[in-house]
Amino acid sequence: MNPFDYARAGDAAEAIRLAGGRADAKYLGGGTNLVDLMREGIEHPTHLIDVSRLSHEIAARDDGSVLLGAAAKNTAVAADPVVRERFPMLTRAIVAGASGQIRNMATVAGNMLQRTRCLYFYDDAARCNKRTPGAGCDAMEGFNRFHAILGGSDACVATHPSDMCVALAALDAVVHLQGPQGARSIPFAELHRLPGGRPDVETELGTGELIVAVELPPLAAARHSTYRKVRDRSSYAFALVSIAAALEVGADGKVADVRLALGGVGTKPWRALAAEAVLRGAAATEETFRKAAEVELQPAVGLSDNGFKIELAKRTIVHTLASLCPGVRT
Amino acid sequence: MTIMDSLFKKAVRLIPDKAPDPLIGAERQVGRSLSRVDGPLKVTGQARFAAEVPFKNLVYAATKYSAIARGRIASIETEEAKQAPGVLLVMTHENAPRMPAPPLMMKDPKGASGSSLPVMQDASIHWNGEPVAVVVAETQEQADHAVSLVRVKYDAQPARTDFDRLKSEAHEPENVLGEPSRIAIGDAEAALAAAPVRIDNIYRTPRHNHAAMELHVITVAWQEGGIIVHDTTQMVHLTRSTLAEVFGLPEEHVRVLSPFVGGGFGNKGVWSHQVLATAASQVVGRPVRMVLSREGVFRATGGRTLTEQRVALGAKADGTLAALIHTGIAGMTDHNDCPEQFTFPARHLYAAESMLLRQEIVELDMVANTFMRAPGESVGTFALESAMDELAEALSLDPIELRGRLEPAKDPASGLTFSARHLLEAYRRGADRFGWDKRNRVPRAAIDGDWLIGQGVATATYPYFRMPGGSASIKLTAEGDAVVSMASHEMGMGTATVQAQTAAERLGLPVERVTFEYGDTALPHGTLAGGSSQSASIVAAVMAANDVLVKELLKLAGNDSPLAGLKPRDLEARDGGLFHREHPARGETYVSILKRANRSEVVCEAAAPQPMEMLKYSMHSYGAQFCEVRVNRITGEVRVSRFVGSFDTGRILNPKTAASQFRGGIIMGLGLALMEHTLFDSRSGRIMNPSLAEYHVPVHLDVPAIDVIWNDIPDPHSPLGLHGIGEIGITGVGAAVANAVYNATGRRIRDLPITLDKLL
Repeated sequence: MNPFDYARAGDAAEAIRLAGGRADAKYLGGGTNLVDLMREGIEHPTHLIDVSRLSHEIAARDDGSVLLGAAAKNTAVAADPVVRERFPMLTRAIVAGASGQIRNMATVAGNMLQRTRCLYFYDDAARCNKRTPGAGCDAMEGFNRFHAILGGSDACVATHPSDMCVALAALDAVVHLQGPQGARSIPFAELHRLPGGRPDVETELGTGELIVAVELPPLAAARHSTYRKVRDRSSYAFALVSIAAALEVGADGKVADVRLALGGVGTKPWRALAAEAVLRGAAATEETFRKAAEVELQPAVGLSDNGFKIELAKRTIVHTLASLCPGVRT
Repeated sequence: MTIMDSLFKKAVRLIPDKAPDPLIGAERQVGRSLSRVDGPLKVTGQARFAAEVPFKNLVYAATKYSAIARGRIASIETEEAKQAPGVLLVMTHENAPRMPAPPLMMKDPKGASGSSLPVMQDASIHWNGEPVAVVVAETQEQADHAVSLVRVKYDAQPARTDFDRLKSEAHEPENVLGEPSRIAIGDAEAALAAAPVRIDNIYRTPRHNHAAMELHVITVAWQEGGIIVHDTTQMVHLTRSTLAEVFGLPEEHVRVLSPFVGGGFGNKGVWSHQVLATAASQVVGRPVRMVLSREGVFRATGGRTLTEQRVALGAKADGTLAALIHTGIAGMTDHNDCPEQFTFPARHLYAAESMLLRQEIVELDMVANTFMRAPGESVGTFALESAMDELAEALSLDPIELRGRLEPAKDPASGLTFSARHLLEAYRRGADRFGWDKRNRVPRAAIDGDWLIGQGVATATYPYFRMPGGSASIKLTAEGDAVVSMASHEMGMGTATVQAQTAAERLGLPVERVTFEYGDTALPHGTLAGGSSQSASIVAAVMAANDVLVKELLKLAGNDSPLAGLKPRDLEARDGGLFHREHPARGETYVSILKRANRSEVVCEAAAPQPMEMLKYSMHSYGAQFCEVRVNRITGEVRVSRFVGSFDTGRILNPKTAASQFRGGIIMGLGLALMEHTLFDSRSGRIMNPSLAEYHVPVHLDVPAIDVIWNDIPDPHSPLGLHGIGEIGITGVGAAVANAVYNATGRRIRDLPITLDKLL
């Protein structure tokens, strides 16, 4: 770990001022990922601005939306009664991630900005385009069982590891930012970038820009939602495939509303818009679910070790949607 | 085997048996479920581990590991590291003290080293992860930072890292842990070809890494021309002799202490870090602490090697075996001797008219593989016991019925008589407990919602070992307390508790009056805690010391004692003294004897006799592992829902600590079956998941309630009738899970771990 300066900010404005627009300054939330990366010599910030004193508020609004302060702990968000009532998929996604101890430390914003667990990214003896642009990628022909089948490029197929973000993608969350140039809000779907030729640039955040809150807009269908995570052991393992799904079926047996996002398969939290388009207005049947899954996974590309994820993702989509739809059995 | 060896072995069989241990059935202290004496110390944080020992002027070390598998260090840039705050020393092959290679464990009787390579003595690199530089600084953080500033340039050479490409070069090692690498009885291949029912498959097991909770650590100081070493080790005396040799010191100038070990499992011996830290301490002239990072444990200490095994069974219609073939290849290095004895179970478990058991190795450039809980037996039983399940299926026989038909009358490979073998009793009791009779033999027959349910069973086996060379002392005080001492090891298995019990039994004292001292080379010579041997080794040494003590007490008692004229064989120890076996009122307490003799204490020490019982008999522990799994029919996820282990391991000394040993082994077996996998990149020879986030062992949710039972039938030829039980728990588990998965799904997985992608 390299030496660094540490300062604690009382609010967002102070944090931005302390960071001073320096590219080598980093905001520190719960530290559950950044500190690991510093210990491993992957991140080398010279300035850490502790933003864990920013808003922890979880504000339930009358219009059905919820505003999550950036520094709210994962445990607190998952346990919040309004979140559990309005967005059960979010609670389930959070508690499916990491461990109790980590969730007690990890913050909303930090979870969103966590970095991939690609084994080659974590090892500075390996080639990695995300760490060193243009260096090459040792994962492509190495151990890539955990890697992405959607959204990859020739430069990078690393997955985004978050569970919480899969739910945020499904819920059309809005990310409130504050930075040296002022405040702005962007859809969650636009926060993370596909790797393309620059896998080292992972988000749309500008230098010094800080996530201050995440807004969950009202969504009736989300009250009937879930999160299903498939992994190698029962806890403390990253998803091989995960599904955040909300489904509302009308009296006519047709899909009135649906939200679907995938984890463990994409280079970013993967909103399954193509599947949703198939589902919306179609009869809520296993056949429809299967067709939606096929359409979503159609562009998927498997490598030497991760090809199984294509079939696993399809099956999990079908089965998870069916589990939200009492009339359908698979 | 030489002719002399062979003659010796034959001669040994003619030696008459020693009388069984008179305490074989004693149950005043032995057999009681005592809680651990070290429990309160550990849960209150008072047990001081090697990383916590304070020293004045202590400094801290950090290690840089090589990034190539084979080649040379072309240049090593240390200036920036030397200039970093707090740095006292940057040690590389260019400035490290000159040291001979550490003596290798198993090869050299005084060796504890996992590798015979010299440590940091030249520019050559032998594996990806070999230490290339050590930084010593005033704080751990300063050392960690400075070591990141050391820059190494390599001249890489082609490395032997691809097992699949190199396995055609495999060859038989000289021996496998002193046993022949090949055993052939009859023409097994011909018998197989002629057999009406044949099973012939390849099974693969991957590399595993040790994941003991306590990291490897040494805190070492040079004092008065010697060294004092606080280590975490399974072998204090072998560590002493190894470091004495490397640093040119008389053994008595090296003291090794290791009172608490946070898990050993086979790899807490000597690796490069003890040598490097001791050398660094010598150079800087201050005590040094070196704690390996978790990555360091993966890079610089060994784990279980990979294997590729063939099991072929040729059966007659009645289920008896015409041929039993178990052969295969394990990866090894040219600087260790650990061929993973996976054919050992097949040497003892089944009667067969012909046998071919052969082990080969292929040398690879990797960190020296080493012992890991039930080396050989754990992965060997995966292959053999999976194949037995396949044979039962092919014969339409219940797998337990098949085992009954294959039960040998004597050891099939050695021809020796079994000392104690009650495997079928373990099966019977385990089957009752598990409800095996309710199992549906047809795969995919039991479904609960999304989950397919299956049951499987497999045999567990592990040898009985007692190590030669141990001594114990007994100190009796005038107050009637006893301190029993032997430089043995408490790694969490209950040694300190159980040996206080066995000594109390031997001495006829309440257990509260007995203290067992261990973990320090200042004590009588201990044997290593390995091969599940330590309990028998300690009990035998204490028994020998007690024989001397009884004679000494008779002398002290003199002619005025009720004991006058009695011989040791007339006596039994009870009620805090020695009493006539047949005249219970005739005797004297220890307190009385010492008081009359005007002695404050009496101390006796003796060495255990040679373990001749191991040469005379085929001595093994056995068990039957019953497993129920649930396999998700959509995703292939496997969850173990029930487990019963039924063991035949001689006398059980303490049911509470024994149950934990069995359960711990079974849990490690569940890891072996379902998730443990060192990701060794065959292009670079580099371990890619050196962290407990990515190297998966079972979490609590993966472990069901595990039921363990035992026969508790003493072995008449072992001290107290006991068998060591540290390792048998893991054996058979891989196959029990795989067989249950087959019963659930109809899919036979012969390639560990059984991950969901293999079941989709």
